[in-house]
Amino acid sequence: MSTQALALEPLLTCRGLVKSFGRVIGLNGADLDLYPGEVLAVVGDNGAGKSTLIKCVAGALIPDTGDITLNGERREFKRTQDARLQGIETVFQTLAVSPALDIASNLYLGRELRKPGVIGKVFRMLDKKRMRTEASQHLQDLGIGTVQSITQTVETLSGGQRQAVAVARAAVFGSKLIILDEPTAALGVRESARVLQLIKDLRDRGMPVVLISHNMPQVFEVADRIHVQRLGRRAAVVTPQTHTMNDVVAIMTGAMTVDEKDQALGPVRSAN
Amino acid sequence: MSDPAGGTIDLAEEFLGRRTPMQRIQVTLHRYPYLSPLIVLIVALVIFALINPKFILPGNLSFITQQTVVIGTLAIAQTLIILTAGIDLSIGAIMVFGQMVMANLALTAASNATNFGLPPWLAITIGICASILAGAINGFLIVKLSLPPFIVTLGTLSVFTALTLILFKARTIQGPEMPDLLKVMGVAIKIGSFQLMVGVIVMLVLFAVFTYVLRMTSWGTHIYAVGDDPQAAELSGISTKRVLFSVYVVAGFITGIGAWIYIGRTGAASPNADPSINLDTITAVVIGGTSLFGGRGTLIGSLLGAFIVVVVENGLALAGLDQAYRVLAIGILVIAAVALDQWIRKVRA
Repeated sequence: MSTQALALEPLLTCRGLVKSFGRVIGLNGADLDLYPGEVLAVVGDNGAGKSTLIKCVAGALIPDTGDITLNGERREFKRTQDARLQGIETVFQTLAVSPALDIASNLYLGRELRKPGVIGKVFRMLDKKRMRTEASQHLQDLGIGTVQSITQTVETLSGGQRQAVAVARAAVFGSKLIILDEPTAALGVRESARVLQLIKDLRDRGMPVVLISHNMPQVFEVADRIHVQRLGRRAAVVTPQTHTMNDVVAIMTGAMTVDEKDQALGPVRSAN
Repeated sequence: MSDPAGGTIDLAEEFLGRRTPMQRIQVTLHRYPYLSPLIVLIVALVIFALINPKFILPGNLSFITQQTVVIGTLAIAQTLIILTAGIDLSIGAIMVFGQMVMANLALTAASNATNFGLPPWLAITIGICASILAGAINGFLIVKLSLPPFIVTLGTLSVFTALTLILFKARTIQGPEMPDLLKVMGVAIKIGSFQLMVGVIVMLVLFAVFTYVLRMTSWGTHIYAVGDDPQAAELSGISTKRVLFSVYVVAGFITGIGAWIYIGRTGAASPNADPSINLDTITAVVIGGTSLFGGRGTLIGSLLGAFIVVVVENGLALAGLDQAYRVLAIGILVIAAVALDQWIRKVRA
C-alpha cells in the first residue's frame, strides 16, 4: 500500500473545535479528517482530548466553537440522536447500555421496532419477537455474541459480553461511520481479537471506523492512518508504514514534533 | 471422555453452573421481583384467616378491596415515578386538590358560596386536568430546574395542601350535596355477598393498561432505561428529560382518577383527607419489589404491595391488636423489603 496521499474528499471533517469544561480546556482548536473506507485511529495521552473530540462528533458534547462537516455539509449535533440520524454510531467508553434491560431491548434502545398495522400504530405495541430474533441474528453474524439467551438482562453479562452488545449496536445501525472509544479496554485476548477482526470486516464492507485506543499494537494492526492528539489539538497524522510505535509515543508526549504543514496527512486507502 | 483436556473443561463448567440454594432464590427473585410480595401476601392471608375466621368472610374481603382502591390507584402513579429513580411525596396532596376541584365545581347547593354548578362530567374533567397540571408542575421543576424529586415534591406537598385550603375554605363537602356521577366510583356491584366497587374495577383496568404500557411500548422501556442509568439512556438517544416530564404528567392523570375514586370511596370530599396516603403509596410500591434506585420493578408487585398494606392492617385489627402494632408491622415490612431489594441487586450471572 502506498503512503502517498490520494485525491479523496473527506467524509467527516472537524475544524478548530474548542471545548472547555470550566477552566479545563478539553479541545483547543482540534481538527480531524476521516476519509471514506478507512480505519482512523485516534491516539493520545490521558487528557489529550481524544474522548472529548469524538463525543463532539457523536453529539454527546456540543463544542464551544468549530465546525463539523459530514459529506461536505455542516452539521450541528445537539444530542446523540442527531448524530445517529446522520448514520454516526458510537460505542462510548462507558458503553451506554442499560443494565436492567435485556440484550434485545438494549440493542434497539431508542429505535424500538413496533408491530405492523393498528396494533403498532395505535397501541404502540413493540415487536419484541422480531427484535429478539433479529438481535440474536445480528450477534451471531458479528461473531461476537456468546450469550445464553437474548432475553438475559445486560447486568448478568460479563464485561466482555456487555462490550459485545455495545459494539453490536453500533455495527448494526451505523450507516456512515462508526466510532469506537476504547472498545477492547475490558476485553480478554481472544475477545479483543474478535473486535479487531470486526473492525477489519467493517472496513472491508466500506464502513469507515474511528478507533480510540491506548493499545499501540492493536492500533498498528488495524489503522490506515493514526491521528495523534496532544494538548487538545492534532499533533500529527501518521501511518503504520511511515512511523514506528516509538515515533507515535514520542509525538504523543511531545518528545518529537511534526511540522505544521505535515500535520494533516491525506487519505492513504482508496475507497472501494 | 477420552480427551483429558475436554474432561477438565467439563468439570470446570459443572462448577460454573452450580449455585447454592440461596443463590437460586436470589436469581429467581431478581428475575421475578413480584414473587416476594406474592408470597408475603399469601402467607399473611393464611395466617390472618387462621387467627380469625371472620377475616375471610366475603364482607371483610370486599372491605379490604375498598380499603385498597385508593392506595392501589395512586401506587400506579408512584410506581412509574419510582421506576425513574424519582419519588412523589405530593401525590396525596394532588389527589385531595383534585377531588376538591371536582366537588366544588359540581356543587349545586344554593347555600354554598363557591357555587359553580357545572355539569358533573365537566367538573370531573377539570378536576383531572388540575391533577395533570399539578403533576406537570412537579415535572417542570424536576426537569427544567434539575431539582431532586424528593425536594420538589416535599415543597409541592405543602403548596398543593395550602392551595386546597385557601381556594376551598377548608370546607368538607358531604355526599348528598354532590351529583351521583362524582360518587359513581363508590357504587358496589353485588356478587353473592361480595361487593365489588366500581372504583376497584377502574383500578384493575388502570393496572392492566399501565402494565401493558410498561412492558410493551417504547415509552415503558425508556422509563426503565432512564431510571436504570440516565447517562446511558441519554447516550442511547433517549430524551431523558422528555421521559421524566411525561412520567410526572401521566402520574398526575392517574392521581386525578384516584381523586374521583376517593370521592366515591369516602362518599365525601374533605380537604383534610387521609394524610398517610403519601407514605402508604410509597410503602406499597417498595413492598411490591420496586427498587427506590429506579429501573427495576413491576406494577403487579405494587398492586400486591397495596393489598399487603391493607391486609396487614385489617388482619391485625381483627386479631385484636392495637393500631400501634399495625404501624409497627408495616414499618418492619418496609425495611425488610428494602433490605431484600439490596440483596437481590447484588445478583451475579
